[in-house]
Amino acid sequence: MSKIHVKNRELVLPGDLLAEGDIEVTSLLIYKYGSKYYSTIIGLVNVENENKVGIIPLEGPYIPKIGDVVIGLIVDLGITNWLVDIRAPYIAILNASDALNKPFNPIQDDLRNYYDVGDYIVAKVQSFDRVHNPTLTTKGKGLGKITSGKVIEIKPSRTPRVIGKRKSMLNVLTSETECEVVVGANGRIWVHCPNEDLEEILILAIKRIEQEAHTTGLTDKIREFIEEEKMKRGLK
Amino acid sequence: MGEKPKLIDENGLRRDGRRPDQLRPIKIEIGVLSNANGSAIVEYGNTKVIAAVYGPRELHPRHLALPDRAVIRCRYHMAPFSTEDRKSPAPSRREIELSKVIREAVEPAVFTELYPRATIDIFIEVLQADGGTRTAGVTAAALALADAGIPMRDLVAAVAVGKVNGVIVLDIDELEDKYGEADMPVAMMPAFNEITLLQLNGVLTPDEFKKALDLATKGIREIYKLQREALKKKYIEVKVEE
Repeated sequence: MSKIHVKNRELVLPGDLLAEGDIEVTSLLIYKYGSKYYSTIIGLVNVENENKVGIIPLEGPYIPKIGDVVIGLIVDLGITNWLVDIRAPYIAILNASDALNKPFNPIQDDLRNYYDVGDYIVAKVQSFDRVHNPTLTTKGKGLGKITSGKVIEIKPSRTPRVIGKRKSMLNVLTSETECEVVVGANGRIWVHCPNEDLEEILILAIKRIEQEAHTTGLTDKIREFIEEEKMKRGLK
Repeated sequence: MGEKPKLIDENGLRRDGRRPDQLRPIKIEIGVLSNANGSAIVEYGNTKVIAAVYGPRELHPRHLALPDRAVIRCRYHMAPFSTEDRKSPAPSRREIELSKVIREAVEPAVFTELYPRATIDIFIEVLQADGGTRTAGVTAAALALADAGIPMRDLVAAVAVGKVNGVIVLDIDELEDKYGEADMPVAMMPAFNEITLLQLNGVLTPDEFKKALDLATKGIREIYKLQREALKKKYIEVKVEE
């Protein structure tokens, strides 16, 4: 016997009873006590079928996952590595060997020539587990130092909405504003726009997505919002 | 100490007109600080407490970190202006003890094992004190943790019960605490019916104790409801806006 006590997309809080019995759980944020399943976080329920539930968190820190593309801020330099803030509970390490396409000799060369403290980088999480801090790599297409545009921050838990299902939201943002956008999984977003007006519209739109991440029909609302803002500024 | 005021009148009502089983008016607001990961402000009548949560984040100094779970650090502090006579801002013996007690009241609810080697910092600042600051602190801390998106078994709610003029009363204020016979703060995780804090200052008979605990449970359930409403309100308001 299994029973799910919540509706799809319902707002739940820590301690809310979600289901009992033989249930498949798709999220680590669900706590099993006896035969009952409880929410541990503020989030939206995702009921996939009558015995499969998950939770989409609305708040919470960024937890690195191997393969995630993140936007990091260089905070310190070692002899052969950089320390990078990726807004996670753990500081990330970027080794020179994972950043440069040539052997690095600290006697002849200085890491500051590549990335200095205060630089933003687009990087990929290479490894992370419970006992080791995450390591990053900037080898690969689209990875490396950010030299133009702007980096904005939103809550990491809201980034999936900025991308949307099959990148639907991201496509709206890029096609409507003609900007380049890179969404880091850690809630930092790099934007590069043809002009300041479009940049401002894009940032307003992203902030609105962050605010209303738990509502439905957001993609269409954002498309309208961008249209309206463009009209206001006489861009159309 | 002056002369003992009359705490319960002929009609069985308390100084502020409350029945013995009645809470003070409670106000809760979530997300009041933008620099913190989570925050809440809680008022129990004239008691006003703000809580802020930072983290999970890196723990410095490193040697304090635990390899299998996060460390919870908690600071309970009373603002110098929170009491009638200025309170010295230096942490007193009492504040250090209450920091520990509050930490231990919320810790069972938090899944610290999800964030090994990290820390979760809780700051509780009493803005106005009129009795029940530790219980308001626990209530606020639990809300701030939830607002920060830290996985928890349940919210924690707390209230103090006491014995005043021989009557067991709910949510005692400063005067009732000062002149009453007993003061018993209780914190619970209501969804699981588990007690995470229970202190008793004064004397209660076993029967009185049972009655007091039942009364506290009832009060905690009411507070729990308000906590949940406040957390939900933050999201529902955004929906209504459009």
